[in-house]
Amino acid sequence: MPIEIPKDKWPGSVQTVTLGATAAEGGTRTKTVTVGGQTSMPFMHFETPAPNPPAVAIEIKSQRPEDWSPLLAEVWGESMNDPAQWATKAQEAGADLLVLALTLNDTPESAAAAAKAVLSASGLPLIVFGPGQVEKDNELLVAVAEATKGEKIGLGICEDKNYRTIVATALANGHLVTARAPMDVNLSKQLNILITDMGLPLDRILMDPTTGALGYGMEYGYSVMERLRLAALQGDRMTQLPMIVTVGFEAWKAKEAKVGEGVPAAWGDWKRRAIHWETITAMALIEAGADILVLRHPESVALIKAAIAELIPA
Amino acid sequence: MALSGIQIYKLLPQTNCKECGYPTCLAFAMKLAAKQAELSACPYVSEESKKQLAESAAPPIRLVTLKGRDSEVKAGNEVCLFRHEKTFYNKPGLFIRLQASDPDLVQKVRQAADYKVTYVGIDFTVDGFAIQADGDLGAAVKAVRSVTGRPLILMGDPASLPAGLEACSGETPMIYTADASNWEAFADLAIKYKAALAIKGTSLEEIADLTQKIQAKGVEDLVLDLGGKNLGDWLALSTQVRRLALKNFRPLGYPVIALTGGGEKAPLTATQAIAKYAGFVVLDTFSPELLYALLVLRENIYTDPQKPIQVQPGIYEINKPTAESPVLVTTNFSITYFAVANEVEGSGLPAWLVVCDAEGMSVLTAWAAGKFDAERIAKSVKGFDVASKVSHKRLVLPGHVAVLSGELEEELPDWEIKVGPREAVDLPAYMKQVLA
Repeated sequence: MPIEIPKDKWPGSVQTVTLGATAAEGGTRTKTVTVGGQTSMPFMHFETPAPNPPAVAIEIKSQRPEDWSPLLAEVWGESMNDPAQWATKAQEAGADLLVLALTLNDTPESAAAAAKAVLSASGLPLIVFGPGQVEKDNELLVAVAEATKGEKIGLGICEDKNYRTIVATALANGHLVTARAPMDVNLSKQLNILITDMGLPLDRILMDPTTGALGYGMEYGYSVMERLRLAALQGDRMTQLPMIVTVGFEAWKAKEAKVGEGVPAAWGDWKRRAIHWETITAMALIEAGADILVLRHPESVALIKAAIAELIPA
Repeated sequence: MALSGIQIYKLLPQTNCKECGYPTCLAFAMKLAAKQAELSACPYVSEESKKQLAESAAPPIRLVTLKGRDSEVKAGNEVCLFRHEKTFYNKPGLFIRLQASDPDLVQKVRQAADYKVTYVGIDFTVDGFAIQADGDLGAAVKAVRSVTGRPLILMGDPASLPAGLEACSGETPMIYTADASNWEAFADLAIKYKAALAIKGTSLEEIADLTQKIQAKGVEDLVLDLGGKNLGDWLALSTQVRRLALKNFRPLGYPVIALTGGGEKAPLTATQAIAKYAGFVVLDTFSPELLYALLVLRENIYTDPQKPIQVQPGIYEINKPTAESPVLVTTNFSITYFAVANEVEGSGLPAWLVVCDAEGMSVLTAWAAGKFDAERIAKSVKGFDVASKVSHKRLVLPGHVAVLSGELEEELPDWEIKVGPREAVDLPAYMKQVLA
């Protein structure tokens, strides 16, 4: 029986965004990462040609994190004491790009130094996240943006309370921003409008819809992402940005991943559970349209990269 | 698709006889369209109309129920592509595959059947077992039935299956899998033993041809194995089947079964299957850490987006608190409540937990949406008469809403407001170090 496969035809498409600048483009990156460009819902290649595949970033910290799971400390070892070494190991682990997360102990000088050290240790594109406190973020990110002028790094996290300073420094230094709104289609859209109103073009904005880990509200982020992507394809310009999700941060905060003692026996093997927590959250969000996945464990990176390879036809 | 009220009205007698309990045929038609009334309430509707209405009322994806001795698993009856459009209804059954020839069969079944894990106050278990007929299937089914009465999927060829089917007669198992070469023998078995039948083909066209032929023979409960050479292939096929079914293409309007295989990839194959429309998921190995993660994923994806899982707002007692015990504040989102309650309970320290009505949202989401502000918290503290339970006046706010402490001091002038940790997991340490 012949079957006519229903194919969606969308008027809109996702904005293409490139992170990193090579020497020819005024930076020092040996590789750039381009995401976005979708003209259909995730991996519907029978409708339209495959766009850029999702990219996998590894999160490293400017200073050794004391609150990370022992499982992560075990795998990254001594490199966690030195962002440059850590960046090298993350590149070896297969990262497409790096996320450097600053801490509240950083000064503008130490933050800029960490970013520069990472850039000289690895040729991968970089995103730098502040510690998540408005004033501190502004102070540190401006220093980082100025010290890395022309590298086309991503600066985050840009929220409604602090977007002005971060967008201004991104504009001045040729960088991108990641715009985070709390799991709401309209708030995401609103923030993107505010940012573009300041003159930053859409091809320099990544959107972070905020997500929860598996078991901790993941389904909210999942549906917001599906709705944002549908809106983008329907032609709503201010939702047409590639989506970045901080899966590692969320998953490793969950008790299931973080700790191995004092948990129910039915939770099974700690290490495998922790990897499942990170990879299953990541895989579900890939299905919902994630473009950049920020992960922490190298085994998760390998598994998710293999899955992405299967989702994008050769 | 389903008919509108007006379309249904045209098929009714239009006499307004009121015998259905509604004042007019139109009112009755509207209730039928909203699925709030049964057509059988109308004594005068014609046979022809009944047939047309039944066809339009049939769900686009057939509901297939597997019945074991003690429990059942349902798949199908879904109505949308994306969960936010409505909700996903029937959670895919998670089955563990075993070999009939396995000398440790009973032990493996017992281990998986005994498995129970709790998430946000809900107990989860394995839904059923798939048994591969690579040995004496009759003996294997009897052995499994000596341990558990959960639904079965029997996997083999038409020659090896009857022994297993005899051993679970009276139940509704699934038999797996018929293809273009052997479907008649499988269909005979499905009819004889009242089993659901899984079928496979090399393309959707072939699968649709098969369902038509098998249905014509009298088997209604079909399940589709889409094959697919990799994740991308399977996702495309599963999406196409869901789309076609929702457009009322009957030959593919059946639940889908996904076999995840073994190895490193299985967790991600299972993740995609649960998120993207499988009705039955078969895992090759029993692993508690994987089952727990997949059961939580399934619960998350199948939670009704219009009704976030909530707990009743109120003041909760943890570890027998006294008048000196601390008072902690959180929201009534189930996941938030259980994260906090489990940590405090695990710490062994007594506490009063004030659960505010934040419309079922987590701390940060509720705060962003204006559902967890100083006014609401103050209202809860007063409403639940917290002051009468304790001899002190100290309140611990979640760290994520530290910003509310000033306003809350204004709303509750006699109270001292302390800012706790951001994450529940850090509560025990905070309670020991800061509150002790």
